[in-house]
Amino acid sequence: MTETIDVVVNGERRPVARDATLLELLRSLALDPRAVVVEHNRRIVRRPALGDVRVAEGDAIELVHFVGGG
Amino acid sequence: MTTAVELAQDTPLTIGGRTFQSRLMVGTGKYRDNDTMGRAIEASGADIVTVAVRRVNLDRTKEEGILYHLEPKKYFLLANTAGCFTAEDAVRYARLAREAGFNEFVKLEVIGDQETLLPDVQGLLEAARTLVREGFKVLAYTNEDLVIALRLEDAGCAAVMPLASPIGSGLGLLNPFSVRTIKRRLQVPVIVDAGVGTASDACVTMEQGVDGILMNTALAAARDPVAMAHAMRLAVEAGRAAFLAGRMPRREVALPSSPAEGMLD
Repeated sequence: MTETIDVVVNGERRPVARDATLLELLRSLALDPRAVVVEHNRRIVRRPALGDVRVAEGDAIELVHFVGGG
Repeated sequence: MTTAVELAQDTPLTIGGRTFQSRLMVGTGKYRDNDTMGRAIEASGADIVTVAVRRVNLDRTKEEGILYHLEPKKYFLLANTAGCFTAEDAVRYARLAREAGFNEFVKLEVIGDQETLLPDVQGLLEAARTLVREGFKVLAYTNEDLVIALRLEDAGCAAVMPLASPIGSGLGLLNPFSVRTIKRRLQVPVIVDAGVGTASDACVTMEQGVDGILMNTALAAARDPVAMAHAMRLAVEAGRAAFLAGRMPRREVALPSSPAEGMLD
């Protein structure tokens, strides 16, 4: 079994595989990387770099997109 | 047709180096369903459509994203920083919005009061300066204070957006004098944002000479949003045309329209 760690995604604690990249995290959540913007510990990670950045225990990840608004 | 001729003589609306056909901008919030939203936006004739930045809902379908219901190529997406109460938060939301990759424009809101949603002008100025430095084209939602509007222009904002009345109130243009003054004194476009309730409000607002109007609730909360969007389109065009035509002077006494001479004994 893969060892997991806990990260905080959009305010919720979630288990992910140790050493998972942000791109793998998005895949595990069934999210299209082109449809979300990723903030990792308060730093925006651009799409081409998502596969290079690995998550660590306790990391705060925000996944945002556009919704209806004025 | 006279209207077409007059409108053709109007200069196009240019904000931050980009030119737009319509002077009406619309939001995408609070519609009862996405189909109604799409048809209302179409009926409004708007080029600029605002959107908000929010967390993806991890437990629901991805269809909640607005871009699944709005053709991004057809409209100019203007992200807002609605819901932000500090300059720091507004800057954070603006950066996230830009990263979505559509444009560098942002409708900057820094709210100072929960009940009235009136802007925190100190935070607004601070955020505007930061974002302008980072290359954003900032359209700043503000109150009808001339001095703040001037400071926002000095800060490098691409447009200043005074309110007609509080967000979502539908109270119409409460302070035409202040909005007119802001328009007279600023070089950058002045777009009235928030408070318009119905077509007459939009018409009166455009008659002050402002460059455009942004509205959301007036359409979304109308009984028939598509029909109201059509009405608003006409009202914005009518108000603009009337402003360009130049209204007659107001008089406190009557002036007959028919000749005083030639009356029978």
